[in-house]
Amino acid sequence: MAKNLMTGNEAVARGLYEAGVAFASAYPGTPSTEILENVAEKYKDSITCEWAPNEKVAFEAAVGASFVGGRSFAAMKHVGLNVAADPLLTFAYTGVNGGMCFVSADDPGLHSSQNEQDNRFYARMGKFIMLEPSDSQEAKDMAVMGYELSERFDSPVMLRMTTRVCHSKSLVEFGEVQEPKKKEYVKNRAKFDPVPAMAKGMHAAVEKRWAKLLEYTEECPLNREEWHTDGVGIVSAGAAYQYAREVYGDKASYFKCGMTSPMPIESIRKFAAKVKKLYVVEELEPYMEDLLRAAGIECTGKALVPIEGELNPDIVRKALTGEVVPTMEYDKSVVPGRPPMLCAGCPHVGLFYELGKIKDVIAIGDIGCYALSGNPPLNAKDFALCMGSGFSMAHGAAKIMTKFGEKKKIVGVVGDSTFFHTGMNSMLDAVYNHSDVTLIVVDNRITGMTGHQENPGSGYTITGEHAYPADIEGVARAFGMTEIYKVNPMDLEATRKALKAAIEYEGPSLVITRYPCALKKRSPEDKAEFGTDRTPYQIDAEACIGCKSCLRLGCPAISFDAAAKKANIDRVACAGCGVCAQVCPKKAMGKVGG
Amino acid sequence: MSNVKNVVLCGVGGQGTILASKILSYALIEAGYDVKMSEIHGMSQRGGSVTTQVRYGDKVYSPIIGKGSADVLVAFEKMEALRYLDDVKVDGGVVIINDHAIQSLPTLQGMAQYPEDCIDRVKEKNADTRVIKATKIAGELGNEKAANVVLLGATVKALGLEGMDWDAALEACVKPAFVEMNKKAFRAGLEA
Repeated sequence: MAKNLMTGNEAVARGLYEAGVAFASAYPGTPSTEILENVAEKYKDSITCEWAPNEKVAFEAAVGASFVGGRSFAAMKHVGLNVAADPLLTFAYTGVNGGMCFVSADDPGLHSSQNEQDNRFYARMGKFIMLEPSDSQEAKDMAVMGYELSERFDSPVMLRMTTRVCHSKSLVEFGEVQEPKKKEYVKNRAKFDPVPAMAKGMHAAVEKRWAKLLEYTEECPLNREEWHTDGVGIVSAGAAYQYAREVYGDKASYFKCGMTSPMPIESIRKFAAKVKKLYVVEELEPYMEDLLRAAGIECTGKALVPIEGELNPDIVRKALTGEVVPTMEYDKSVVPGRPPMLCAGCPHVGLFYELGKIKDVIAIGDIGCYALSGNPPLNAKDFALCMGSGFSMAHGAAKIMTKFGEKKKIVGVVGDSTFFHTGMNSMLDAVYNHSDVTLIVVDNRITGMTGHQENPGSGYTITGEHAYPADIEGVARAFGMTEIYKVNPMDLEATRKALKAAIEYEGPSLVITRYPCALKKRSPEDKAEFGTDRTPYQIDAEACIGCKSCLRLGCPAISFDAAAKKANIDRVACAGCGVCAQVCPKKAMGKVGG
Repeated sequence: MSNVKNVVLCGVGGQGTILASKILSYALIEAGYDVKMSEIHGMSQRGGSVTTQVRYGDKVYSPIIGKGSADVLVAFEKMEALRYLDDVKVDGGVVIINDHAIQSLPTLQGMAQYPEDCIDRVKEKNADTRVIKATKIAGELGNEKAANVVLLGATVKALGLEGMDWDAALEACVKPAFVEMNKKAFRAGLEA
């Protein structure tokens, strides 16, 4: 059979298709985003797929689909599961009708996240099934098997992926495709309606299910011994298994765990008895190690293997064998960093340039490209926390500043997609509780950082259908927000005036900056509203006095020639936004050919 | 696993390292190898430093390698060659460098010096260093963006894989309108 090179994310999408999944929903989040994108691209005729405003909504939609009898799916990054934890941990009580699997895509090494929490503990807390693929074939196969297990054991199934499994490509052999089927729905409040009286019974059912799962995991084919030698034995799962296999090859025996909730403790006990030294190789927390130790199985794990960051074969080799692969020694300090930066033509630049210049303001950000606004040269953001927190933290901070009579004003910034995610609730809190705070929605007409996913404000769905473009201003007015300024952030003077007025206003105020992301493929509506002119700018070298004012934008198209003491614009990189022309005191910038 | 070869491609977001890796992987699979490829999405798209890794052989386990393990390092931008030089095997590694500079935020801002001597620094450490003006060659062929495929040609030569069906791989991975141009770019890389 033909083999296909796929990422873990593509493979999961394929698995959903093979399993006859009828409904899939997600909120974009690196490294999970491409699962739903692949479903929409390749399997939308079979699987109804949607972007949800946030992970809780995505998860609940999938639970609803399961209860009435369809196989359903939700995907999210690790921190997204915190948002969806409320439905998850009660869904763990009710169980399913149509099978339900969800992906928690963890990010060891924080490639694109604010923390590196280990979501395996959710499976332990909720006493449901967890499967951990270690490559793309397993990701596809476990997605298919997950639905069988979900329905057989009446349990949600968590596919726990990590960045490396999501984004690495390996070969996948396809299986048969099942047509989506619907199971019958029969009203059964004892099963599906967790009011206290019913939920007590559900908890008892969870314990019975767990007992059955403890038996099953010992015979589950995903948990297997790979015997080579009785010297070193290694218990591992996920990407870490591949690293251990790489380092030891056939010089160790392995216990490869594919089903890690519940853990196959007794099978591992037998394996442990046959080897002289038992190691546990796992990324992040000692999830498996602690369970083995609690069962009285002597093993070595986090005493040697780092708890922080992503593992790789080098780290595993050094930790377990002390061996280090020789590398070239040289002076790396001469290589300047290459940090991510806001793009040429990014609509966030104008806003943060102006915000960064305002004294006596604490600027609280959120999750999105604009997280970069805290870096030099913009230096605008003070801090951030999680999705939607930009407004609620700003509200709390403003209450303290007001209470203690400090004159610093508080500004909260969220993106359009972040606003619809959970920023809306936070805005409501600020208005309802009479906050003296300025809230800013940087509306770039798309979910930017994760790679341009549609959202409720963009006017389109994941499959490209038109949708009503949710109106941020209308939402704010409905909440009771009266002081509202809408500006084009490419117009610095208008942005400056709006910020000044909004910050001076005593009470809640809102600034909406509206302009499409520089990398977004503009929709017909975008073209009608914002035009299509991207003629680059150039600098008149004679007029340039080398004052470096334009460098304070941090635009990747602008550089400074130290020898000539002049700024330059890279015409290929320039997006023609014209913001630099507005900060130049000598008006040295002009459109090419203009 | 001694027959597993490791290739690291490094560059700047938007330079086409991922497409080059894809074409390489496609041809390797067609030739019957087990292949694993690793890439990281997300923040790195925003003008940051990017790497992809391609590993192939009879059986590949880890999708990533550690330091000192690359048989070939392909730098799409010359300063990146120096950043990732410690990925290369101490003995017998090949470094392919595109003689092309892309400034980073600190150098644009004048806060750091771009290391103009970075190629010399690599050569000093690594005997088999091959410098190619891939961006210039691709520009002469009609599109600077095809520098990635010029570099792919050079990579294929370094790996001794010239005999595989590269035309088919290009036809499968590149948009039809760009296939002919990319075939030329690939050949230019083989001959560079």
